[in-house]
Amino acid sequence: MNVAAAKLASVAASHLMEGSVQREKIAIRNLNFYYGESKALKGVSLPLYANKATAFIGPSGCGKSTLLRVLNRMYDLYPGQRAEGQVLFEGTDILDPGLDLNLLRARIGMVFQKPTPFPMSIYENIAFGIRLYEKLPKSELDGRVEQALQRGALWSEVKDKLSANGLSLSGGQQQRLCIARTVAVRPEVILFDEPCSALDPISTAKIEELIDELKVDYTIVIVTHNMQQAARVSEKTAFMYLGELIEFDDTNKIFTSPNDRRTQDYITGRFG
Amino acid sequence: MDASLYASRRRRNVFAAVASYAATFVGLIWLALVLGVLFWHGFGGLSLRVFTEMTPPPGAAGGLLNAIVGSLIMTTLALLIGAPIGILAGTYMAEYGRHTHLTSLVRFINDILLSAPSIVVGLFIYYVMVRPMGHFSGIAGAVVLSVLVVPVMVRTTEDMLTLVPDTLREAAASIGLPRSLMIRQIAYRAAKSGIITGLLLAIARISGETAPLLFTALNNQFYSTNLNSPMASLPSVIFQFALSPYKDWQDLAWTGALIITLAVLAMSIIARSLAGTRKAS
Amino acid sequence: MVDVTWQEAEVGVQDVAERAKVLNRLRIGDVVFHRITKTAAVFVLVVLGGVIVSLFLGALPALQEFGFGFLTAQSWNPVTEKFGALAPIYGTVITSLIAMLIAVPFGLMIAMFLTELCPMWLRRPIGIAIELLAGIPSIIYGIWGLFVFAPFIQQYVQPPVIAAFENVPVLSTLFAGPPFGIGILTASLILAIMVLPFVTSISRDVFDAVPPVLKEAAYGLGWTQWEVWRYVVLPFTRVGVIGGVMLGLGRALGETMAVTFVIGNAHKISGSLFAPGTTISATIANEFTEAVGDLYTSSLIELGLILFFITFVVLAIARYLLLRINQRIA
Repeated sequence: MNVAAAKLASVAASHLMEGSVQREKIAIRNLNFYYGESKALKGVSLPLYANKATAFIGPSGCGKSTLLRVLNRMYDLYPGQRAEGQVLFEGTDILDPGLDLNLLRARIGMVFQKPTPFPMSIYENIAFGIRLYEKLPKSELDGRVEQALQRGALWSEVKDKLSANGLSLSGGQQQRLCIARTVAVRPEVILFDEPCSALDPISTAKIEELIDELKVDYTIVIVTHNMQQAARVSEKTAFMYLGELIEFDDTNKIFTSPNDRRTQDYITGRFG
Repeated sequence: MDASLYASRRRRNVFAAVASYAATFVGLIWLALVLGVLFWHGFGGLSLRVFTEMTPPPGAAGGLLNAIVGSLIMTTLALLIGAPIGILAGTYMAEYGRHTHLTSLVRFINDILLSAPSIVVGLFIYYVMVRPMGHFSGIAGAVVLSVLVVPVMVRTTEDMLTLVPDTLREAAASIGLPRSLMIRQIAYRAAKSGIITGLLLAIARISGETAPLLFTALNNQFYSTNLNSPMASLPSVIFQFALSPYKDWQDLAWTGALIITLAVLAMSIIARSLAGTRKAS
Repeated sequence: MVDVTWQEAEVGVQDVAERAKVLNRLRIGDVVFHRITKTAAVFVLVVLGGVIVSLFLGALPALQEFGFGFLTAQSWNPVTEKFGALAPIYGTVITSLIAMLIAVPFGLMIAMFLTELCPMWLRRPIGIAIELLAGIPSIIYGIWGLFVFAPFIQQYVQPPVIAAFENVPVLSTLFAGPPFGIGILTASLILAIMVLPFVTSISRDVFDAVPPVLKEAAYGLGWTQWEVWRYVVLPFTRVGVIGGVMLGLGRALGETMAVTFVIGNAHKISGSLFAPGTTISATIANEFTEAVGDLYTSSLIELGLILFFITFVVLAIARYLLLRINQRIA
């Protein structure tokens, strides 16, 4: 193993799982995904454990984002994209055509690569989602907004300018606003699609810290092309290549002694 | 290198440059001429009386009050009728049916309607409203103007909503926001200034329309806000007065023309500055 | 850790049921909104259909009475109720043609100026100024034409031209007197001014969209600005320019008020450009409210139908061409 891999291994080793209960929050079973005629995911099966962070890694085009976006049926917005197989979320099959998608997405939230605050004030960005589901008096709503912003590690920076437009914040702040917006709706699972790739290192560090804290109450799935990030943040890692799940295991195992040759090649930087 | 060939190429280049400078100059001269004359003839007539008195019989003094009020009423109604239809249609095309055959067809037909001669639209409304009703009316005038508003709003709304990035839509979907709420509360908000610009352009467009009003709202010498009877409008009054042999009528026509032009210019300027602030943000 | 997890799960279940209820209620709104927008979109088609149908029905009496002869007859006699569309059609086509012959070269030159030669700080103001020309309502052009332009032409342009070509074979008929001021040529000139901004603005947009690398390659070979524009930009954008020209033509064909004021309203075809004539839209605008009798009104509506048909074809072609150039640029 080369130097880079050795570094990865030592970081991952500090993430040894504390032999606690592993409950399956989401079970993906034999998932195939098609963009029109072309098959992007081939027979993917893997479990996502509650209150753990699972990372999807792999080279560009391997299907990790595609897989993530199946979990909240985001692909449903676009005609021509379809999924086959089974994805069980607390017993319900997500792929069921009759499923209430809005309800699903309220329970499985998503943070995107590019921060996308709504064109409203900071307060409204958070309150918007809450108001959708609950009729709260102003004082309670204020409290919930503050709570969400606290969880997003943004409260101290914006508490005096809640009426400022969400777009007036810096990139890192906007992304934390999006995270706050997502947790305000009280989901059970949060999906992160390369959340830091558009951010500077300091914002990235803040957000990784955030994800670490969020693990306590939520199930996290994070797609990242940054292996060090995967090693820092997740307990389980899935390596994907050309639409197939190559290997899924504890993070430290993936980064220290992977079973598959291809996994080994990827983490040692032979390709990427 | 052939010196004479090079020289002739250079000559041609200079000639082309001079020609294009000249063409631009001529174009701008026309603008100055038209606007200049308009101000020259119309400005003198601008007085409080124009806004407070009715259109006079020939030889008497008067104002344009009934015409101005009539125009305002019909324009406002036209917007109230046409804008929602146009915006909703544009919404369907950009949000629900983006790649469907229906949308392509509607886009094609809409473009035709956008540039179609407005006099033909006037004939259409004459046939379906004025004839069955048996008389000209302000409401027919409002409807004909609304038919002219719809294509503008359809085009603007579709263009502006298509500009809203899909990532914003996905972000809204990801908190479980139902489609119609996402469109109304997120997409519309993001496209708001663009759609308002479209509204201003629609107003500017119908403010100067004369031909279709000629056989729908006709004209009215007196002050009337009755939608069920002929209604005066600035363009119709200008048409009638300008072609008449009476000097004071002609003067009023110029003043009316100036008022319309100022209103249209103001709207264009506001629309442009809105577009400017949008580009900046 | 296990306890916390189970506790969260309990709260989760309650929450979920509540939310399901809220989202169910919102679902009806979703369906309704979808239906409303789709209806509005279909309504646009209905309007066009309505225009065509009502024009056809309105023109029916005239269609039945005159048949195709309508298109070739020149007479227009409300008294004997003999109507023919030849003069208006001729007027419409001639005025639009002349307008385009003037407006296109001017428009292209101005567009070239704005994209190649104009100093950067002047581009926006001049561009805005040209677009203002398009924003001025046509009735303004009408009265300006009637009170300012036509008298000017009558006094300073027509007499010398008539005198100059008096003995030249073809041109003497083309520019024969008397100098009315108003007439076909005046109307064409005003139309040209009105169409100019359309041609300029669309041409400018397509010129701007030429990939800079194409122009740079030519400049790199030592080509002059004129040559780059003539042999690189223009061929590349040709389809778009033609599209813009057709759009301007569509506008010219349908233009009513500006033409009505200065065309002279004579149902005659004359060889001279200085003679009065009429166009389809001018005829309708002038005569519709005074038309007595079914056949008269119906003939006017048939004129409208013809005009609609012509502009429909022109606009459809324009649209197709502009679609092609957009695909090419993209």
